[in-house]
Amino acid sequence: MDTSFARSRRRDLIVAFCLAAIAAVVPLFVKDVYVQNIMVLTLMWGALSQSWNILSGYCGQISLGHAMYFGIGAYTTALLFTKFGVLPWFGMLGGGIISAVLAMALGYPCFRLRGHYFVIATIVIAEIVLLLFHNWDWAGAAMGIDIPVRGDSWLKFQFTRSKLPYFYFALALACVAWFVTWWLEDSKWGYWWRAVKDNPDAAESLGVVVFNSKMGAAAVSAFLVAVGGSFYGQFVSYIDPESVMGFQFSLLMALPAVLGGIGTLWGPLLGAVILIPLTELTRSFIGGSGRGVDLIVYGGLIIAISLARPQGLVGLFSPRRKEAAR
Amino acid sequence: MPVTAETIIQSLASGLLMGLLYGLIAVGLALIFGLMDVVNFAHGEFLMIAMYATFFLFVFFAIDPLLAAPLVAAALFVFGAVVYLLIVRFAVRAKANAGMVQIFSTFGLAIVMRGLAQYFFTPDYRSVTHSWLGGKTVSVAGIFLPVPQLVGALVAIAAFGALYLFINRTDFGRALEATREDAGAVALVGIDKNKVFALGWGLGAALVGLSGAVMAIFFYIYPDVGASFALIAYVTVALGGFGSVFGAFAGGIIVGLVEATTALLLPPSLKAVGIYAVYLLVVFIRPRGLFGSM
Repeated sequence: MDTSFARSRRRDLIVAFCLAAIAAVVPLFVKDVYVQNIMVLTLMWGALSQSWNILSGYCGQISLGHAMYFGIGAYTTALLFTKFGVLPWFGMLGGGIISAVLAMALGYPCFRLRGHYFVIATIVIAEIVLLLFHNWDWAGAAMGIDIPVRGDSWLKFQFTRSKLPYFYFALALACVAWFVTWWLEDSKWGYWWRAVKDNPDAAESLGVVVFNSKMGAAAVSAFLVAVGGSFYGQFVSYIDPESVMGFQFSLLMALPAVLGGIGTLWGPLLGAVILIPLTELTRSFIGGSGRGVDLIVYGGLIIAISLARPQGLVGLFSPRRKEAAR
Repeated sequence: MPVTAETIIQSLASGLLMGLLYGLIAVGLALIFGLMDVVNFAHGEFLMIAMYATFFLFVFFAIDPLLAAPLVAAALFVFGAVVYLLIVRFAVRAKANAGMVQIFSTFGLAIVMRGLAQYFFTPDYRSVTHSWLGGKTVSVAGIFLPVPQLVGALVAIAAFGALYLFINRTDFGRALEATREDAGAVALVGIDKNKVFALGWGLGAALVGLSGAVMAIFFYIYPDVGASFALIAYVTVALGGFGSVFGAFAGGIIVGLVEATTALLLPPSLKAVGIYAVYLLVVFIRPRGLFGSM
């Protein structure tokens, strides 16, 4: 292994550790609830986009249906908690496992599809699941589920007095998603995925088990996204099909990665750090009087980035990633 | 409503009419894809602005949607060509992440268009309150058919016929065909590829414009109206096989009939499930759609 590569990987790890440490102390000084809220959302979307990036960025299978896994995570946790009193931690794990299994079950037929046929299949499947939840009376149908407050503790994963615990969980999730990506980048799977992305036929002929490597990427990606969904459900404490499974969530998961750099280690987090505060601030500053302005800013940014810097913003910060981003 | 032979024929007939309209909505997408392998993810928003254009022509100038249709189509032609020249032309040149750039540049456009519509037109639902055709029905052999959809279906058939003649009989049509066969080779015989692409986008958008004008007669108009029709259009195009104009026509009819059948069997809120399921079924069996080439 190239020593300069090993060195830069070590540097990534150190940088990540420092950033996480800095992030951990920030809310001790920033007490404003509004700002804390934006920080929670930024970390969460960073983590989600990082997870999406594993399947769509590294492995090149662009999914625009990940809202489904997000929603399944949120619903599994909320349903187990409200109907059976099961602690959210188990719901989180359960939602993750269900999503991972579902991702593989759906991957089995879908990974034979290429290009736009695959992308549209992911949208359509998520849309079917969304419609089914809309009509599923036991799960609250279109009315959704109000998650009752039963305490204020880590055990029940409910916090009424402060946003800080949510912040630390979101930070932990972002760290886990980052670390999993970091670890996979240099694993056998990481190399397989990039080979599959660049040229699946060539990869196959060189002995890469294309199908299995896509399945692996789908399962890891779906699991992490479902954990994020489960967290989001607890965080907002009310869910309905549209608010956790709507198509816009699939898009929101993709955009930070697109902005920061698709298929890169730092891209999704960088994208989220720029995109999420920007949207939240536009929304609250221009607010109700100018509905739609946040969308205009958002969409304009996406067009500009994808045309002017298709490799994402991340290359601006690190010389090595310029090549890796391709 | 009890399911009798009559209700089945009734809903299949309206499904067929709607299906022809779906085909017309989708054909522009198929045309552009066939020409240059690009999926326009702002297709639904093209439909949305066509509907708004029709609505405003009606409100401010009292022009009936039927008369507005050619105007709207012409306006959309210009709009489509401009979108190609300003955005898509650069997106297809991307050296890194080509597939991603293509998807997200048009997605970005869709988001901007939706935002602009919310900003300028407000999220309110609008409708063309009275038009020559609105709300009328005709009875053919005991089957009631809504006139707007019937005329829409006729417009769709006429448009497909005209498109067929256009592609096969005119110089531009032949240039279009040649460019979709081999964009590199046409440059050698002196055809400006960019010009053909721009005109192709114009033509594709004009066809959406036409369908938007017809849709405005009987459908609510709001900033997000394009989203659900866009998904149906993608399914239609993919069913037929990306890039096949005839495939879009056939795909539209299938989608219309499947939707009508699903509505008979399942609650109305689930009627789209049938369309999506058929899409999955078809591509799982034939990963290139019904009429797409490998």
